[in-house]
Amino acid sequence: MIRFEDVSVTYDEAAAPTVAGIDLAVPEGELVLLVGPSGVGKSTLLGTVSGLVPHFTGGTLRGRVTVAGRDTRTHKPRELADVVGTVGQDPLSHFVTDTVEDELAYGMESLGLAPDVMRRRVEETLDLLGLADLRERPIATLSGGQQQRVAIGSVLTPHPEVLVLDEPTSALDPAAAEEVLAVLQRLVHDLGTTVLLAEHRLERVVQYADQVLLLPAPGASPLLGTPADIMAISPVYPPVVGLGRTAGWEPLPLTVRDARRRAGSLREHLRHRGGQAFRRAERVGTTPGAGHTSQRASRWPTWLSTRRAQRTPTEGTAAVTENLAVRRGRVEALHKVDLKVTPGETLALMGRNGAGKSTLLNTLVGVLEPTTGAVRISGRTPHRTTPRELIRHVGLVPQEPRDLLHADTVAAECASADHDAGAAPGTCRALVSELLPGIADEIHPRDLSEGQRLTLALAVVLTARPPLLLLDEPTRGLDYAAKARLVEHLQGLADAGHAIVLATHDVELAAELAHRVVILADGEVVADGPTADVVVSSPSFAPQVTKILAPQKWLTVAQVEAALVSDR
Amino acid sequence: MRTESGRESGRESTAARRRALLAPEANRSNALHPGAWWVWALGLGTAASRTTNPLLLGLLVGVAGYVVAARRSEAPWARSYGAFVKLGLFVLGIRLVFAVFLGSPIPGSHTLFTLPDVDLPEWAQGVRIGGRVTAETLVFALYDGLKLATLLICVGAANALANPARLLKSLPGALYEAGVAVVVALTFAPQLIADLRRLRAARRLRGRADRGVRGLLQVGLPVLEGALERSVALAAAMDARGYGRTAAVPPLVRHTTSVLTLGGLIGMCAGTYGLLAAEGAAFGLPVLLVGVGAALGGLWLGGRRSVRTRYRPDVWGVRAWLVSGSGIAVAALMIWFASTDPAALRPGVVPLVAPTLPLGPAACVLLGLLPAFVAPAPPSVSAPVPAPPPRKEAR
Repeated sequence: MIRFEDVSVTYDEAAAPTVAGIDLAVPEGELVLLVGPSGVGKSTLLGTVSGLVPHFTGGTLRGRVTVAGRDTRTHKPRELADVVGTVGQDPLSHFVTDTVEDELAYGMESLGLAPDVMRRRVEETLDLLGLADLRERPIATLSGGQQQRVAIGSVLTPHPEVLVLDEPTSALDPAAAEEVLAVLQRLVHDLGTTVLLAEHRLERVVQYADQVLLLPAPGASPLLGTPADIMAISPVYPPVVGLGRTAGWEPLPLTVRDARRRAGSLREHLRHRGGQAFRRAERVGTTPGAGHTSQRASRWPTWLSTRRAQRTPTEGTAAVTENLAVRRGRVEALHKVDLKVTPGETLALMGRNGAGKSTLLNTLVGVLEPTTGAVRISGRTPHRTTPRELIRHVGLVPQEPRDLLHADTVAAECASADHDAGAAPGTCRALVSELLPGIADEIHPRDLSEGQRLTLALAVVLTARPPLLLLDEPTRGLDYAAKARLVEHLQGLADAGHAIVLATHDVELAAELAHRVVILADGEVVADGPTADVVVSSPSFAPQVTKILAPQKWLTVAQVEAALVSDR
Repeated sequence: MRTESGRESGRESTAARRRALLAPEANRSNALHPGAWWVWALGLGTAASRTTNPLLLGLLVGVAGYVVAARRSEAPWARSYGAFVKLGLFVLGIRLVFAVFLGSPIPGSHTLFTLPDVDLPEWAQGVRIGGRVTAETLVFALYDGLKLATLLICVGAANALANPARLLKSLPGALYEAGVAVVVALTFAPQLIADLRRLRAARRLRGRADRGVRGLLQVGLPVLEGALERSVALAAAMDARGYGRTAAVPPLVRHTTSVLTLGGLIGMCAGTYGLLAAEGAAFGLPVLLVGVGAALGGLWLGGRRSVRTRYRPDVWGVRAWLVSGSGIAVAALMIWFASTDPAALRPGVVPLVAPTLPLGPAACVLLGLLPAFVAPAPPSVSAPVPAPPPRKEAR
């Protein structure tokens, strides 16, 4: 269906090709998952299929890509529109019209299909994607998962033979992601659509893939194979595979179900280890990496340790909310939220999109004003504190870290961060070098990778040394390596006495980092407790390792690994 | 079929029949053509422009308001009616203030109060500031302002009732690109405002003041940058979805299109020149007309290159005829009354007389209420109920 013949793409002004030596064929009706670390050219490869690379982005394409027999060199994206459907990462920038029904019809209108055909296909697609109740709704009022489904539906109506998706579930909560993936699976099974999909969150998608295409490094030639074969050698892999590798299972299990079947002896083996300790401090003590802990703590400048937090009057709490309620328009975004965060504690806020996680974080930094109830950050009321004063007590890294970055070079950004925080010149730059070695001063923040940008924003926020650090959805768009680095940074900060609150959909991240998990639903706290207790009992918030080894309470591969190592 | 419970079923069926007479609930397939709402509203506006009788104008405002109240949906544009009413009142207020301070050419004998006169220099002769304020001046300004306000309210009613996106979709094919641009702009504007808010909040996170003009200016560039990136992403998405696909057109047609368009433009230029220049008045008009005709023909032929079709276009049905017809009838009757009975429609200001409600014109204004009964009613949802999220069984 899709043929790559010795394809390489070189962007203008780039020294080396972004992708090279791609020579393979994707057969009809397969779901092919494209994996690899960030920056290896996954999006570029996807773009060559729809013809957007090079027709829209510029650059030079060598070799030949044919889709359903059409050469993308001679066919512009619009002339491929009837065979290739493309959905990008951000569904909002995909929509041309304002209501669901019109959006589904838009592609067909452009292709000039007959009105009765259009009508029939819209109805079919509404049913296929479960959108029938939303048909007249303005797209802007839909949730993230619904928008993503509309975006997929809008490219499905022309009945393309190939569907190309770039990180369709990155921004979604676990339940919404499953909605979208169920739809994709249905398309592959029932309609024989060929799907080419790039995704960082492998734990969500790898079990649906027929084949996996691995781009191991920038410019390296790709590997195509069955998911189990590729996962055995891939530098990026989901926890279920990690556990399989640790336990030496052969072939590797890709789903929780497969793994559970194999896990009998492992569970038996682990049982006599008794209850596992869950405070991360203890956990760190038992991991093989424990030796690094002291080094990591010492890698942080000494002033970052929160002795200053202990000087504040309300010692023992970094943030308190009492009976907090926030109304936005007629929506009660938060309702009776009582929360206490202590220094050195990492708290994960979870819950579906729109549950009030971001609202809570924004209230903690004073962007939103509580309707009733009180918020105290080290004894201060955030929305009545001047921003200059507040950033010394609480810092938020927003969902889109770029929002925080205004300057056009890293050096300028650091200088203005020092100025904003009233810190000694060079403070921020030292932090950046610490967290992100090898970043040049002159580089534009926009040219950094997703993970680097997040780290820069983190450094900017940390310049003011806030004892309370909030992160909104920090792992969106990060690959496993960037995530591991982030986890390491945050653990270091927590060890140094910072209180950290993360709003996240990423259950694996919560499992690795959080001491405590708070689950929000419809603006109310529905669960609050130690990570292991809360996530083990929840089907959608349990990490894969927990699901495999339940009813025992294990959270991460590292824990299991540590237990196995210490046994030997 | 009659049974012993015939009377009961009879009563039920009358109720059902009465209900069947009511306008149906609006959905996509019976939606009123947005153009019909505009014709109706402009009809009312035309009627308003023919009279200064405050009672008739009030009646027109009442009719427009009632129809809006009965038939507007929950959509965002439907809220614009309130803004138009406020704008109308504002215009009325301005008109009165001007009449008080600048005076008016209306002679009058009922002096209400006298403002101190401002002496203006020689070159400003003819402009008067301050001086005598008469009841006649004020009443005249009130009538005049009321007429403007009524016009604005009629336009506001059309705005609130007609879906702007669908109106743009009913544009002729040659104007399709312009329509898309407006729709995209309409969806981008709210996103731009959301960006602006988010970035101002982000300033607070950096420890800078998030209020004030300076803050607004500093986020301006990032907001524009974001908008630009989004437009590029949208352009890519539209390209990949087949925007701008063209059909294969035989060369003969293509050449004819070029000849017609170019020739038409040249003809229009020459014709205009002929009309304006002194010596060419004879050939000016025909050449201009031929040029316009040729250019239109070129546009029409050019439209054949586009392969677009339309999904569920709004149809101009019986209800659309009734709605637009009621507006046209109000306008036509009012114009007729204005010529036959000008005194009733323009109550005297000098001398001051109390306006009376002429029955004929009043009845014809009430015709404008027809849409409140024939236009499909918006679905009666009090609040949008989001679908419950799918629950998953515990595995």
